[in-house]
Amino acid sequence: MQTKVIPLKRCVLVEVSGRVDSDTAPQLREELNKITAGDNYKIVMDCNKLEFISSAGMWVLVNAQKRCKRFNRGELVLAEVPKRIFDILDLAGFDEVFKFFESTAEAVGNF
Amino acid sequence: MKKISVPGCFSSLETIREFFTHAARQAGLTENDIFELQVAVDEATANIIDHAYGGENKGEIDCCYEIIPDGLKIELRDHGIPFKPKEVKPPELLNHTLTGKEGGLGVFFIYQMMDDVCFSLNEDGGNLLSMIKRKEIAD
Repeated sequence: MQTKVIPLKRCVLVEVSGRVDSDTAPQLREELNKITAGDNYKIVMDCNKLEFISSAGMWVLVNAQKRCKRFNRGELVLAEVPKRIFDILDLAGFDEVFKFFESTAEAVGNF
Repeated sequence: MKKISVPGCFSSLETIREFFTHAARQAGLTENDIFELQVAVDEATANIIDHAYGGENKGEIDCCYEIIPDGLKIELRDHGIPFKPKEVKPPELLNHTLTGKEGGLGVFFIYQMMDDVCFSLNEDGGNLLSMIKRKEIAD
């Protein structure tokens, strides 16, 4: 798994590529922790190159969302999620916790 | 039946995934089936490490498969503490955001992604998880 963090004017864009499983989820958690520790709570995750995410990675996203939404200070949104991955996120009920955007530009424009 | 044994640590996930992916291709499963199989195998392996062994590098995970006429049968064995998860409903993620209690998602995916799932006790201690992924039937 690799991440690229790009600070933008109104939010932070995180490009995630590869596989997020129990082995790599701690890396993703650390990256998101660093972003929120810097008082950035408006985050767009570009999942275009995400190949796989297991429940360990999903809990990382749920916990990050919890931090972002606290005091209404922001939100973590997901963009360009590949269909197979969207299907399992949907099955787990992620649609109740995250906004999904078809394009990263649209997700960034949301903030 | 082909077998491998790997150390019970998260860095073994890739080896296990590749072992079963190769088997699934030989069995003629579709790419979609293979993706679903990978989800189940990943969750099952993580459960063994987290729950049967209570952490990494406490024991081995034995993996084996058999190509059957209508798909692929796979088995994962450990030598850890017996645990028998029940089929569960999807965890309430919204509720988690209030309580902070994680868990249940992995077992939920295992049951959702595979056609047959059987958690049992291994005859020489530990757990045996048998799962079958059947080929998609064309309409």
